[in-house]
Amino acid sequence: MNPKLQVLPLLAILSLFFIGPIIIIFIVSFWDYTEFSLVPDFVFTNYVELFGSKVTYSVYINTLKFAGISWAITLLIGFTVAYFLAFHVRSLRWQIVLFLVCTIPFWTSNIIRMIAWIPVLGRNGLINKTLLSLGLIENPIDWLLYSDFAVILAFVHLYTLFMVVPIFNSMMRIDRSVLEAARDAGANGFQILFHVIGPLSRPGIAIGTIFVVSLIMGDFVTVQAMSGGQSASVGVAMNHKRALLQYPAAAADAVILLIVVLTMVAILMRTVNIRKEL
Amino acid sequence: MLQPKLAVHSGDIELTSLTKVFDKTPAVDGISLKISAGSYCCLLGPSGCGKTTTLRMLAGHETPDAGKILISKRDVSGLSPAERGTSMMFQNYALFPHLNCLDNVGFSLHMRGISKVIRTERAMEVLALVQMEKFAQRMPSQLSGGQQQRVALARSLITEPEVLLLDEPLSALDPFLRTQMRVELRQLQKKLGITFVHVTHSQVEALALADLVVLMQSGSIEQADSPQLIFNGPTNTFVAKFIGGHNVLSGRVTELNRNTAKITGPGEAYFTSSKFGFTIGANVNYALRADLIKLHPTSHITSKDSSYLRAIITQIEFAGADVRITLENADLKECLVICKDYEFFLGSWTEGDEVMATWSRDDVCVLN
Repeated sequence: MNPKLQVLPLLAILSLFFIGPIIIIFIVSFWDYTEFSLVPDFVFTNYVELFGSKVTYSVYINTLKFAGISWAITLLIGFTVAYFLAFHVRSLRWQIVLFLVCTIPFWTSNIIRMIAWIPVLGRNGLINKTLLSLGLIENPIDWLLYSDFAVILAFVHLYTLFMVVPIFNSMMRIDRSVLEAARDAGANGFQILFHVIGPLSRPGIAIGTIFVVSLIMGDFVTVQAMSGGQSASVGVAMNHKRALLQYPAAAADAVILLIVVLTMVAILMRTVNIRKEL
Repeated sequence: MLQPKLAVHSGDIELTSLTKVFDKTPAVDGISLKISAGSYCCLLGPSGCGKTTTLRMLAGHETPDAGKILISKRDVSGLSPAERGTSMMFQNYALFPHLNCLDNVGFSLHMRGISKVIRTERAMEVLALVQMEKFAQRMPSQLSGGQQQRVALARSLITEPEVLLLDEPLSALDPFLRTQMRVELRQLQKKLGITFVHVTHSQVEALALADLVVLMQSGSIEQADSPQLIFNGPTNTFVAKFIGGHNVLSGRVTELNRNTAKITGPGEAYFTSSKFGFTIGANVNYALRADLIKLHPTSHITSKDSSYLRAIITQIEFAGADVRITLENADLKECLVICKDYEFFLGSWTEGDEVMATWSRDDVCVLN
């Protein structure tokens, strides 16, 4: 049998569930709409309105801010956890055990993990009550919940593992004798981390970055729930248009977001040869 | 830099009762050894004999459980690898995969905070020493095994170590390259005049390179001598067998007079008794060099007091200039004889023929 034919089933599934919908979104983004109906057409009004609106830019800046800050924090935590697992936990068994511990939060759904923060961060939540009863504050802290802080906290909580796994994978591929060679050449612990482990973990960092950034760029649930509707992201804006049945406008939004995220991924791919890592 | 050191060489090594235990089994079992400055020492032995562990303790990558290491008369315990004045070349080269050759070689200078200009200049000098200056900008993955090794060597030498430690440096190379690198290593060591400690499992390598061969087995030193002494005077059965080219035979002392001891085993062997303390009836193991045995037809008449052995040829193996012949008789499992091809084919023997093997009493060596 022609080996190319063996690709057909996968191609069929991908076409139906992935390529098809994207093409439909792309087509719909050029349609017109009224308050009650979609009008098949070929107009650029959706794009013109999108780029003409100041809201679009502020929403993108806000989303990029969430992505940037969350990325930096997940990278810091992810790198540290992966470093600990890869270089300080000596036995394979403990590595596996601790690794599974990291995945425990994933045993429940995103929504539950987010909602779980509310009793902790709320006005009458755990933190505020504790601080009040300790007499450290006089009035409850407002910015803990329904704020950008809460959104970023939730993102970090949700997505740090996506950083840990690929970085850990990269670190496990580092030949231990290379580290000894660095020590032999007079490098101290920090220099080994900075000049050897760091650069050699780059592919993992890049893959983790792609995961975290693309997940955050497309998110609307977390932002809506954790900001209490006070903060907007591209996803939230898009969802808002969808709720108003402005499908073509939402589709145009989606196309632009897709292009932005793909561009970011493309830039990342240029800095690191990821294919070597898979 | 990297000029031959004309002043008094430092870099002598002294190990005293050095011990390392892994999981309750000693990997290195209280060895003591002196390596003089500027010499080429090979730690030789089968895998698991403790040679690599010894090297790693010298380098400071392994902490001894007991014993002392003196390098240049200085106790190095607790010192970092860089502070010991040693530099190690790793078995798989362990080049930094993300750095090009130049940065690999200049790494230790970079760590010391030396400026890029000086670093590059020095790295190029050392790369030139190993004829790799053309490859300065290449990444390790773009180099062959032999080239990677040269870069690893350059990286070790840039720190101007007093002692260079080499962990199986030639084992990953193909046979042709191995011989070539062997010659280069020896020349480099002579040129730089620093102490080389080279771990290997190949006795050929050790004999060819070393000033001092240290043969190890299960964590202990079996014999430490010059290559000539190791080869011509193995002190025990293990050494004789490991070094190769020897037959280990055993027999009983049956006659003993002022000059000569006769040992009857597989055949009759005569020894100059004054050299060894024999007693009648004692069992004696002795090593007999395979290339110093002469083969004769069975009709050959031996002179009085000369050693001989009658046996059947069981195998003839042609190896170019040499022919390897395996002999066997009722008391003898296997005895290897190495003849020059022109000598052997004069006799026109074939497998199954009975021959008489003779040797001079100076060519045997009594083993402990």
